[in-house]
Amino acid sequence: MSFRSVVTTLALGLALVASACGGGASSAQTSPAPLTGSISVFAAASLTDSFKALGGSFQRAHSGVTVQFNFAGTPTLVTQIEQGAQADVFASADTTNMAKLNTDGLTSGGSQVFAHNQLEIVVAPGNPKGITSLADLARSGVIYITEGPTVPAGKYALQALATAGVKVTPKSLETDVKSVVSKIELGEADAGIVYTTDVKAAGSKVQGLPIPAADNVVATYPIVAVKGTKHADAAAAFIAFVVSPAGQSILGSYGFEHA
Amino acid sequence: MRRQRAPLAIGVLAAAGAAFIVVPLIGLIVRTPWGDAWRSLSAPETLEALGLSLEASLSATALALVLGVPLAWVYARIDFPGRTVLRALTTLPMVLPPVVGGIALLLAFGRRGLLGAWLDSTFGITLPFTTAGVVMAETFVAMPFLVLTVEAGLRSMDRRYEEAARTLGAGRWTILTRVTLPLIAPSLFAGAVLCWARALGEFGATITFAGNFPGVTQTMPLAVYLLLETNPESSFILSLVLLGISLLVLIGLRDRWLGSA
Repeated sequence: MSFRSVVTTLALGLALVASACGGGASSAQTSPAPLTGSISVFAAASLTDSFKALGGSFQRAHSGVTVQFNFAGTPTLVTQIEQGAQADVFASADTTNMAKLNTDGLTSGGSQVFAHNQLEIVVAPGNPKGITSLADLARSGVIYITEGPTVPAGKYALQALATAGVKVTPKSLETDVKSVVSKIELGEADAGIVYTTDVKAAGSKVQGLPIPAADNVVATYPIVAVKGTKHADAAAAFIAFVVSPAGQSILGSYGFEHA
Repeated sequence: MRRQRAPLAIGVLAAAGAAFIVVPLIGLIVRTPWGDAWRSLSAPETLEALGLSLEASLSATALALVLGVPLAWVYARIDFPGRTVLRALTTLPMVLPPVVGGIALLLAFGRRGLLGAWLDSTFGITLPFTTAGVVMAETFVAMPFLVLTVEAGLRSMDRRYEEAARTLGAGRWTILTRVTLPLIAPSLFAGAVLCWARALGEFGATITFAGNFPGVTQTMPLAVYLLLETNPESSFILSLVLLGISLLVLIGLRDRWLGSA
């Protein structure tokens, strides 16, 4: 009851904000009936900042829709959806996990690739260990951590290391990219492999070192509506917004490459 | 004594309450693929996680006994200013979200932590991402269970035995080891078992402070959580192993908890 009234108040507030802002975006919409409802978007941890911004823009354009996010490592999200979590949209950091959900019969319609990303080595500001290449990660005295092999970033990191011919045993297999970044920030680990966008999002708290294109892996991000969504129209509108020029420009500002 | 009949509403709610706890346990048993049980249990990564869990939880219990029994004795016998506050602080991990405990441990014993920075620069010791870090995380969360249980035992024992030993000329150390500790043996046992069970199940503080790597810091609960994403059937079986151990703990402590029922 009270939750519902809070949601209503929020929706009203957003509507007011949207109209106060001139309503340029909403008046441009020509859809016959305004979209309503609340959609849950399950998105890979590396999308945390960019999708929050996308959600904000989307809600300004569709004042009747509330977008709620669940960010986690991609395999965690797949497990949650398999176990019956109420998700309307799923944004994966790789095609493998998307294929898994598709095989489970839990996707509705085909998925669309909406962004690409690349890997970087993440270190503390100033690069105190003087790391310059993937091979340096295997040096003794360097604490290297990565994501588990089922997490897309962890899988890509393994590919990059294999291409570069580097054998290194990580000290920890974290559950998503964000926890790797935070352990570098805290100074517990010296280096990790994450996405370019994660380094950018962390600002001055960490430093990124480029991985040569020959060794680097291009990550592909597909998005899909989850089967059984009660808000199919709103989910489709959100996906359309993500792949639209406006959505792509927001993703671009967070360092993602265009699909 | 005449058997009492429960009012209908109470009976219905009580049944719902019991079912709420029991149904998930039944779910675990029903969904476990028994055919694969042995293969999952004897898989090298399972044995590794199980071995590490036993090693770490037993070490944590030993550490908790060495540090916790003296602490319980001080709480029970010595009156000093600030005892109530200190006692409350050292009990805090029992109710603190374990992940918060993990963050606190990082800020104290991490490479840039209050003590960790000094440990690293002076002795070259770093605790995160090590089995020692797992033992610390487990001890932090589990020791209060031992301290409170042993303290209660010390407070409720009949101190006239200690008085008698004293009048017969026994020294303080002799009284402690020959009279006090044997008298509170049941509390010591119960406290140690509770502490061990809590340490064995530790997840949040461990993954936050010690990280996750097979054979070094990946204990059973971490393996169960991560297997759910790759091999759910194996995670069901490992869950069942942990459930079985918990059940054994409960049976072991039945005189304490279930005896009066």
